[in-house]
Amino acid sequence: MTDVNGPAASHGAPASPARVPATEGLARSGSRRPLGPEEAAAMEEKVRKVELAISLVLRIGVVVSVLVIAVGLGLMFAHHSEYVSVFGHFSYQRLTSKTTSFPHSFGALGRAIASGEGRGIVVLGVLILILTPVLRVAVGVLSFVYEKDPPMTIVTLYVLAVLVGSFFLAAV
Amino acid sequence: MTPLDFVVSLALVSVAAGVLGSLIGLGGGVVIVPVLTLLYHVDIRLAIGASIVSVIATSSGAAAAYVRERMTNLRAGMFLEIATTTGAVSGAYLTTVLPTRFLFVFFGLVLGYSSFATFRRRHSAEPLTTSNDRIANYFDLHGSYYDEAEQREISYKVVGTKAGLALMYVAGLVSALLGIGSGALKVPAMDSAMHLPMKVSSATSNFMIGVTAAASAGVYFIRGQIDPVIAAPVAAGVLLGATFGARVLGRITSKTVRLVFVLVLVVISLEMLQKGIFP
Repeated sequence: MTDVNGPAASHGAPASPARVPATEGLARSGSRRPLGPEEAAAMEEKVRKVELAISLVLRIGVVVSVLVIAVGLGLMFAHHSEYVSVFGHFSYQRLTSKTTSFPHSFGALGRAIASGEGRGIVVLGVLILILTPVLRVAVGVLSFVYEKDPPMTIVTLYVLAVLVGSFFLAAV
Repeated sequence: MTPLDFVVSLALVSVAAGVLGSLIGLGGGVVIVPVLTLLYHVDIRLAIGASIVSVIATSSGAAAAYVRERMTNLRAGMFLEIATTTGAVSGAYLTTVLPTRFLFVFFGLVLGYSSFATFRRRHSAEPLTTSNDRIANYFDLHGSYYDEAEQREISYKVVGTKAGLALMYVAGLVSALLGIGSGALKVPAMDSAMHLPMKVSSATSNFMIGVTAAASAGVYFIRGQIDPVIAAPVAAGVLLGATFGARVLGRITSKTVRLVFVLVLVVISLEMLQKGIFP
């Protein structure tokens, strides 16, 4: 519960419980009154569910991207024995210089993956990692709809729109 | 050095970057960029692309733990993302207009000052109990977290939302323009301007930097700055390090977090000044 109505109003709310730290940050945006004890408990449970959902989305994104990157690296080294030989003279700088070519458009990426090229699959894994925060914001929008909090829903929708827009602007 | 040696050694360095980044709310670019350019002689454009990958990996890896442990202020983080994403998108289109050398010198000085300001606040740990900030009250950005080091629940109020939003816009801009320093501005914005507790500032900055970086990552990908052979070990190593670092933050004191942050901030500020003065 918070002093959304200023100090005068919270004095006039006898139903509100004593200050319980765990209910800080649980009220809805712009709510005109503090939450009652049952409402606060229900809200706390909702907020907890949302926290676990967001944490889960991040975890899934991270694990999937690491697995895809690992598969890609494995394929790359399997196809190019000169990359791994202990006494080889193949320098890594041929793969990390200004002139190195690797897929950096969706078309090229699709072709690289179709032909089973290891570096193409690594790029796919990296893209999954890049998209994880975007997915997390999308889950944030749904969470605030679930918490029935229109102002925060609009805030997260704006962030999602800017993020999605940035990817489209980059592609053109 | 064969590609295999490169991948394995860079992954080990990235683990360290992930631990450090997740502890103090930065992306690990402070470690990754100099290591890639100075030790491995990688082109700066590719190093910055790797730094963006490192930021997203630190953020997603650490935030998964911080959100579940209720260390992150989700509402404040998501609210402030309005400003960081807008800043990041405007920055991506200002790169060609603004003189990068001047920006490096300017933000080198800004971060130098903010490391000094953070150092002066090292003894203040008591959070605010009241707030007159209308925006913070309307969106209910206040919160509480359980401090493992102090073994008690600490609730806090948020102030200075407008200053916070302005600083977050700049943080997004810097992230897109210079590729480093986004978390370095976010943590002081929350710690000094908005009075969030230091650990919450660090965890919330961690939560936000991934989204800021994602907003400019699309541009970096299309420009061909994300080299898979560099990005793969960075992503994997940083994720491992960040998962480990996230277990440590709860147990150490706010003062320690602040001091480590100040040290890293001084390094970043010197790094930026060097890039601006002797490019």
